[in-house]
Amino acid sequence: MPAVQETVDRVRRIDVDQYRYGFETVIESEKAPKGLSEDTVRFISAKKNEPAWMLEWRLEAYRRWLTMTEPTWARVDYPKIDYQDLYYYSAPKPKKQLSSIDEIDPEILKTYEKLGIPLREVAVLEGVVTKPVSDDGEEGAAAPRSKIAVDAVFDSVSVATTFQKELKQAGVIFMPISEAIREHPELVQKYLGSVVPTSDNYFATLNSAVFSDGSFVYVPPGVRCPMELSTYFRINERNTGQFERTLIIADKGSYVSYLEGCTAPQRDENQLHAAVVELVTHDDAEIKYSTVQNWYPGNSEGVGGIYNFVTKRGDCRGKNSKISWTQVETGSAITWKYPSCILRGDNSRGEFYSIAISNGFQQVDSGTKMIHLGKNTTSRIISKGIAAGKSQNTYRGLVTAHRKATGARNYTACDSLLIGDKCGAHTVPYVEAKNSSATFEHEATTSKISEDVLFYCIQRGLSQEEAVGLVVNGFVKDVLQQLPMEFAVEAQKLISISLEGSVG
Amino acid sequence: MTALLEVKNLQVRVEDREILHGLSLTVNPGEVHAIMGPNGSGKSTLSHVIAGKPGYEVTGGEILFKGEDLLEMSPDERAAKGVFLAFQYPVEIPGVATMNFLRSALNAQRKARGESEFSTPDFLKKVREVAKSLSIPQDMLKRGVNVGFSGGEKKRNEILQMALFEPSLCILDEMDSGLDIDALRIAADGVNALRSPDRAMVVITHYQRLLNYIVPDFVHVMSRGKVVKSGGKELALELEESGYAQFEDAA
Ligand SMILES: Nc1ncnc2c1ncn2[C@@H]1O[C@H](COP(=O)(O)OP(=O)(O)OP(=O)(O)O)[C@@H](O)[C@H]1O
Ligand SMILES: [Mg+2]
Repeated sequence: MPAVQETVDRVRRIDVDQYRYGFETVIESEKAPKGLSEDTVRFISAKKNEPAWMLEWRLEAYRRWLTMTEPTWARVDYPKIDYQDLYYYSAPKPKKQLSSIDEIDPEILKTYEKLGIPLREVAVLEGVVTKPVSDDGEEGAAAPRSKIAVDAVFDSVSVATTFQKELKQAGVIFMPISEAIREHPELVQKYLGSVVPTSDNYFATLNSAVFSDGSFVYVPPGVRCPMELSTYFRINERNTGQFERTLIIADKGSYVSYLEGCTAPQRDENQLHAAVVELVTHDDAEIKYSTVQNWYPGNSEGVGGIYNFVTKRGDCRGKNSKISWTQVETGSAITWKYPSCILRGDNSRGEFYSIAISNGFQQVDSGTKMIHLGKNTTSRIISKGIAAGKSQNTYRGLVTAHRKATGARNYTACDSLLIGDKCGAHTVPYVEAKNSSATFEHEATTSKISEDVLFYCIQRGLSQEEAVGLVVNGFVKDVLQQLPMEFAVEAQKLISISLEGSVG
Repeated sequence: MTALLEVKNLQVRVEDREILHGLSLTVNPGEVHAIMGPNGSGKSTLSHVIAGKPGYEVTGGEILFKGEDLLEMSPDERAAKGVFLAFQYPVEIPGVATMNFLRSALNAQRKARGESEFSTPDFLKKVREVAKSLSIPQDMLKRGVNVGFSGGEKKRNEILQMALFEPSLCILDEMDSGLDIDALRIAADGVNALRSPDRAMVVITHYQRLLNYIVPDFVHVMSRGKVVKSGGKELALELEESGYAQFEDAA
């Protein structure tokens, strides 16, 4: 049909080179020598002044990794990675110990500003920092905007941490994991690797050996974290593998909402990123983990772009606990990512809300696993995949109920939207119930963006691009609603940006 | 005076089949034109081509809008310049709140014309006013665009947009279909309220009843891709009496 043809032609002319955040910051950095060996692992550990137990843990992971092979089951296709041709550690050279944001390299601050994340302003705008929080926040009609604490990870080292004081008052620990290893070894030792063991999978094992930094959060019993915690990631150093490690623990009856957002500068070489995120909730606790991911997807020929091989897993260890993953995936050349929940505690609940957009030559293989172990555990999966250009977008989901997980319930809805006819959307659900009382529901739809709907919008004055953005944002609304307010607005913009060029 | 819309000897193909075979129509500011004609005669096709819907191939003739070559303009440009089409079958846009849609569209048009965007309070005020005059309840505006709207509600939503965007050319494609008697009157009142010396309407309909409410200056009969007869409002009455058979031969 000619009408459809037009959109298809436009999609063909995609120019992902327009990648908005493709700039590089020039700062001196300190690197480990290229390649991976026991020495690299020791170098990283030494750089971080790590205790001996940590080095041992890393080395064990490294030795195990040597015996493993890279997985190939995902629907992604990329040239073989030469693990000896990568740098495993790079840190901006600190001129001195940083005690406040003002001391951060202005170049770095500028980068954040370009990203629309002015760190200085985050403090001023987002928080009512001059005043300590009152117990009930009763301040009349003008409710203060919600607060976000930012733990900025620039390349591999956390360079700034805000809102520390207020968090301290609440007893919340929020710091770079490298610091936590030194300051709270008992917590780190107890939980690190307890959700994603060092032997878990090829990329997680690699991460365990060489992880550079990341966030550590501990929320003590009964505490509702007074603000949203946020980390913005940047990958900046050419050829640097980025191995973030995040560990979040919500103790009994506590609550925390964590935001992760990232974007990377444009470059030619593919960059490997293999993060590990571990979440633990004890009885009656809740963690809400939201991600907006916007790494360099490669240019219009499909060259360059980030390889994103992430292991994210939450363990609902206690009864009535809850873990909720919300993700907006728009970047990366390749995404391999399955945020999962182990529903161990009785009545625990896992949620996965996902928007995965692929354009150009991007390949996305993402989904979730809901492992029902406890009684009356429930889970909900809402996945929205949008494929444009020549991209491939796969949802891969696993829902299992073990023998003892009586009364387990899952609801899954996977919707895919295709823009043009050179892209593909695939749904690969695995369902496994080992007891008869489990109820699993699965719904899936695949549709093409409607020419009539687009024309309706355009007749009312919207450009083709705005029309696509609007329709897509409508398509993903259920998931966007799960994001914290500020993030939702940001994500909405990002969705439109990432489909820019998908239509002329 | 330049005509608002001048369609000259328009020939249009869809998938290698010619649908409009040399259609001409001139509409001046302030005029209301009714187009009638049997099913499949090309009325909606004409409206789509004027609005710039993709999928139609113009193989001959031209369309001038305020003296400019309309066919050279993208459809959103046409909208910003004042071409509005109330669709025969308005589509649903799930997940996009009507209010949000209206604001995005209105501001896109204003931006294209180099005008400043409406502030949220100004916009809300304007929408509320217009919605009230068309008896559209506020909570309808919070719902997804046309999602779950009844046929009549969809049509009213079209008129709402027309009133909001204040276009200079309004093409109404069967706005009366699916409307009950009361709704028809409300919608027609809405359209009449928009009649002005510098705005023109092209009203496509099958029923002369609508023309009792929106009284046209001219009535055109289309058959097999052409205007086969033009006249005053009495032509509509004539058609009601005798049907289209006489024109089928003429075409
Ligand atoms: N996309 C298309 N593909 C093929 N044929 C089409 C297409 N669009 C319109 N036509 C044909 O063109 C002719 C005119 O259609 P159009 O919708 O313009 O008629 P109409 O006068 O609006 O009819 P109605 O009164 O039923 O609304 C019909 O024969 C129709 O089948
Ligand atoms: Mg029609």
